[in-house]
Amino acid sequence: MKELIERYWVYFLVGQYPHGPLGGLALTLLLAASGLLLALPLGVLLGIARLSAYRWLRWPVTALVMTVRGTPLLMVVFWAYFFLPSVTGVRTNQFSTMLIALVVFDGAYLAEIVRAGILGVPKGQAEAARSLGLGVPGALRFVVLPQALRSMLPSLVNQFASSIKETSLGYIIGLQEVSFIASQINNLELTKPMPIYLMLAGTYFLLCFGLSRLAFWLDRSLGVARVSRAAAVRAT
Amino acid sequence: MIVLEQVNKWFGRYHALVDVSESVSKGELVVICGPSGSGKSTLLRILNRLEDIQSGRILIDGQDIYAPGLDLNRFRSYIGFVFQQFNLFPHLTALENCSLAPMRVHGLSRSAATTRAMELLERVGLADKAGAYPAELSGGQQQRVAIARALAMQPPLMLFDEPTSALDPEMVGEVLLVMRDLAHAGMTMVCVTHEMGFARDVADRILFMDAGQVLERASPAEFFQRPQHPRAQQFLADIRTPFAEKGI
Repeated sequence: MKELIERYWVYFLVGQYPHGPLGGLALTLLLAASGLLLALPLGVLLGIARLSAYRWLRWPVTALVMTVRGTPLLMVVFWAYFFLPSVTGVRTNQFSTMLIALVVFDGAYLAEIVRAGILGVPKGQAEAARSLGLGVPGALRFVVLPQALRSMLPSLVNQFASSIKETSLGYIIGLQEVSFIASQINNLELTKPMPIYLMLAGTYFLLCFGLSRLAFWLDRSLGVARVSRAAAVRAT
Repeated sequence: MIVLEQVNKWFGRYHALVDVSESVSKGELVVICGPSGSGKSTLLRILNRLEDIQSGRILIDGQDIYAPGLDLNRFRSYIGFVFQQFNLFPHLTALENCSLAPMRVHGLSRSAATTRAMELLERVGLADKAGAYPAELSGGQQQRVAIARALAMQPPLMLFDEPTSALDPEMVGEVLLVMRDLAHAGMTMVCVTHEMGFARDVADRILFMDAGQVLERASPAEFFQRPQHPRAQQFLADIRTPFAEKGI
């Protein structure tokens, strides 16, 4: 194990970089982070569109979300890899291909989380905002979404953890993310699959566990001020 | 100030408002009362288009509120609405609840909106709670903040939808007091309420509704002493002596 780490840790972390393209854990993190960063706003927009009063907006978005949710990520990756370039005529590299697949896939899942979050905010909140003269965008931005996002946090973290693990599917289109690198190491060593893949599993676990702890801490620090102060007031 | 002409409202097949024609003048305080499900709240909610009507016309300050091209947000900002469940924004402090709409709708600067919000919180007696979140306030305090929040848009007309029905009895008074001061200051108000004492002392006119129709319109003195419609007589009798004729 120690010998494996000593020999391969740089390769595991950054792939062939700086002598080749960036890879390994760094690429996984980069892919996951940019996926999340792009998928979240997309998910919010799609989630809002799913609740729109306008059919021309609601129906196509609903169809898109249903289709993506009814499809394995592997299929979406294949679409992005084979189908998209033939339609657009632009040959994207493996990273962009995987990023597009992840953003579309996670955007659809996040849309449902956002939709449920918005529906979970009492109707009176939107009514109060509208009665003060705020439009639909204003009511969403200043009143409904801040409350919805708070209640969505656990589901969001769940989805984020999923998408970190989903980056491993980049393997099948030859993206040199951390799973790909691990299997390369395994091919070089041949006799030590157990420690190599254990280390890979441990790496994913640490990422996801860290994320959930971060969310837990965030949730508490957001809620603690309001709730504990309220409790203190009631106690007096 | 408010004119309703032959207004009809259906919820699916349920006829909630039946040919309602009514008017409210500037500075008047009108109390709407009647049994549950009689259409009181619906009548109030159609006035700022929280519900849409199916036929008839509603004019506010001479403006048809269903006219195409009406700026709905601008129109709504001229009408203060106070809800039974307060509907304060729980993620904002009392002060922020009152300054949000002036900033985002009227485009006031933060400092101007804050000054105005503080004045209004003072007016409802809650200046010391400006930094408190709704969860830290009692029901009566929350409803007073809600009134201040509505007033922050400086509306010429205020609508109250059972503002004290969700309150513990001991907190009803503080809210009614704020409403009375507002009425004395000349605000045009339409209140749906079960507080008959408030109706008797402060209202200029009382509308009695049942089954989607306004059955009686009278001054408080007339309404409480000589109700004309049998349904109104029954309603008042039930309020005064709830156990009569039930053999309890």
